[in-house]
Amino acid sequence: MQDTTLVLGGKEFTSRLIVGTGKYATLDVMRDAHEAAGAEIVTVAVRRVSLPGTGESILDYIDTKRYTLLPNTAGCYTADEAVRTAYLAREAGMGEMVKLEVIGDSRTLFPDVPELVEATRVLARDGFVVMPYTNDDPVAARRLQDAGAACVMPLGAPIGSGLGIRNPYNIKIILETVTVPVIVDAGVGTASDAAIAMELGCDGVLMNTAIAGARDAVAMARAMRLAVEAGRLAYRAGRIGKKLYASASSPLEGLPDWTS
Amino acid sequence: MKITVNGQAMDVADGLTVEALLARLGVPREYTAVAVNRDVTPRSTYGTVTLREGDRVEIVRPMGGG
Repeated sequence: MQDTTLVLGGKEFTSRLIVGTGKYATLDVMRDAHEAAGAEIVTVAVRRVSLPGTGESILDYIDTKRYTLLPNTAGCYTADEAVRTAYLAREAGMGEMVKLEVIGDSRTLFPDVPELVEATRVLARDGFVVMPYTNDDPVAARRLQDAGAACVMPLGAPIGSGLGIRNPYNIKIILETVTVPVIVDAGVGTASDAAIAMELGCDGVLMNTAIAGARDAVAMARAMRLAVEAGRLAYRAGRIGKKLYASASSPLEGLPDWTS
Repeated sequence: MKITVNGQAMDVADGLTVEALLARLGVPREYTAVAVNRDVTPRSTYGTVTLREGDRVEIVRPMGGG
């Protein structure tokens, strides 16, 4: 079964698993986890360099010929901050793609949707491939698409929570609402969560903590790769309908006669 | 003159360019971006943009994140 590719900003990707670069025990583990995940896109934060600027860089562990960098605007609380961060990332040579985050609350890290829509509009108009992290809200998803988003990235659960896909029905409605790719971003805790997202019909899954925080990050990265592939394949294969009662898998005819 | 770089106060020579500041701080150029007083400084102008007293400079690079 030949699958289609994930297209973002005119670029094609075979892998549907996007992974982060934060919170790994060591950068060697991160590099091995990226490899095991089979990822083609890795997210990075944009932060002040430590001065003097001679320290170790995360880029020593990311082959940028192989991985596409996806800078994020994590930590931004207004559209203005997020837009400025995206411009910095582009000027730094990280490309046109941006994982747009505008946070509305520090405890839940839920997005501030009005600010997010505004930032999406500004950046999309200026040629960015905007990938907004949003609520699992179909109306917000439609507004982001209308504002020029290249995809929408609803959360499965709060960032770093590992609670899984808390509202699969909303994700399903988002999939019916927008035509741009839908990538579940945040909330995945283990492989089955990623599989559920893909079985719903999502175009991809983005995760960081679920891999980086696992006891064996490299093994979990491989588990996530397999889960995303399995979930995608199951979605495309077309699952059976759910029924309340049993339906025998073996023929009812031709049973031996055991009566005495 | 006094400027602020990534939140740290610094005393630098008058008329210092962004290029000279990066060299002085030993910051690699690849994947680095600079903003002065909230506005991004285009790479092509590093050699010509001179800093002024009280300027707030931000120098950023990619770091680990999700």
